[in-house]
Amino acid sequence: MDETVAEYIRRTVLKIPRDEIKSMLQTWGFLSETQLQTLNFHQTKDNISQDVVQLCEDNSADIKQAAVLDIIYNHIYPNKRIWSVYQMNKTGEETDFFDLTDFKKKFKRRLQSALKNVTINFREYEDNAIWIRIAWGTPYKKPNQYKTSYVVYHSQTPYVFISASVLRSTLPLLCQALVVASNYHDIREMELRSHCLNSLKDIAFKRYSQTFQTYYPRPLQERNVAPENVDLRIIQENRSEKERIQRVNREVFGDGPQPKLEFAQYKLETMFKSNPKMDVLDIKEPFRCLVKFSSPHLLESLKSLAPAGLADAPLSPLLTCIPQKARNYFKIRERKGFFPGSFVSP
Amino acid sequence: MAVVRPFDKLPALNSAAVLLVGSDESLQQKLAEAILKEKKNFKISIHLATSLPLPSERDHLRPRIDLIAFMIDIKSKYSLKNVEASLAHVDASFFLGKVCFLVTGVGRVNYCSVEMNAIWKLGEVYCSPVLYCELELEGIRVATAQRLLRMLQICAGHIPGVSALSFGLLMRNSADE
Repeated sequence: MDETVAEYIRRTVLKIPRDEIKSMLQTWGFLSETQLQTLNFHQTKDNISQDVVQLCEDNSADIKQAAVLDIIYNHIYPNKRIWSVYQMNKTGEETDFFDLTDFKKKFKRRLQSALKNVTINFREYEDNAIWIRIAWGTPYKKPNQYKTSYVVYHSQTPYVFISASVLRSTLPLLCQALVVASNYHDIREMELRSHCLNSLKDIAFKRYSQTFQTYYPRPLQERNVAPENVDLRIIQENRSEKERIQRVNREVFGDGPQPKLEFAQYKLETMFKSNPKMDVLDIKEPFRCLVKFSSPHLLESLKSLAPAGLADAPLSPLLTCIPQKARNYFKIRERKGFFPGSFVSP
Repeated sequence: MAVVRPFDKLPALNSAAVLLVGSDESLQQKLAEAILKEKKNFKISIHLATSLPLPSERDHLRPRIDLIAFMIDIKSKYSLKNVEASLAHVDASFFLGKVCFLVTGVGRVNYCSVEMNAIWKLGEVYCSPVLYCELELEGIRVATAQRLLRMLQICAGHIPGVSALSFGLLMRNSADE
């Protein structure tokens, strides 16, 4: 067995939490049940990984198999990578029947004809998702297994979730291969990124709870207003205001849990507006600035801003439009036209 | 909506009312509960408001307010702005000892996002004491509740010989030194 393959398997096993190593190796299915029984899972992870490598040596594993283990790991822990959503477009209206083997063949051929040295692995999951792992090389260099790209493609949708390799130059080629293989016309980035792949899917497939209803009948409205003040000596003066905030908040965010995003970024390229008399900064150059919001759970925290009394309700539509517009990276430019003011570029 | 006035209503016998104004409702609630836990020999009512002016539809239900405590969180610029905007709706005679500023979050100065100078100036301009505390900590919350309660007793006129004005002056002198 190749030394690099052994080292790669060892490192992959080391990444897995100890109590999950066994189940992941079982999912992998490369080592037989009897081989797995010989493994002692109660020693240090370092020793476990050595033993696993030894067993793989006996089965003479190659990089294809090692890559499958990496896919399994990434499928269970997609949050370790950062994912970006891409949308593909067709020109015609023709609906092709999606053929998986054809897709794989075209995808492989496209990349291999360009680079020769490239490791490509596919793995299908039951939710119609195809996971693709690509390790990039050049015609003269072996693929680097530690700087992989991941692609999650749902064949019935135009959306692709890409976790790009640190080798940025590979991205155009990857996009090209995807478009060709899936019979689309072009591909564009949706400016929606997060660690949480499932939330990105929720947003792209519009699965998060949306409330289009703007009017709630009265009894429903009281639902969440629990009798907090049992003590009659504490008097809430702004009760009706609080109810308004709750109502507005529910209209904007809905009742359900929010998809998980970690950032929102706004790039401002607007003019600085000051009092004409003051004569400061009378520059025609745009006033560049970058506003970043980050939080372990951005939308959920935006949702609780107004009820916690940290912001006025409703929040700016720039903040609340994230799930509807399916993007969390924005560029705000000066509106060219009739009205002064800013708007979100489409 | 109307300005809050200290003397527009008659006082009720053996009772006092405090008004807490601040944007952080959970902290307000906690402080109110801490005040209620303290032993006292008069009837208290605690009014919680996120901002002033108070909604006028409840005017007739509200007793005479004896003390207003404006709560500022040094971690939130918004809370300071909110207080500054609310101050415009307080009658001037309130500032003769019946207002105090409660500055919380002092335990975490590295998260400070307001200028301490601005807070200090606020106390100076409005001739009112500034109390620094950390309401997230149980012990300090209890101590703050006791302090507020004592001030409330004075402001409501329950302590013979000490008026709100004289108490306010006393606080000022000690702060200036």
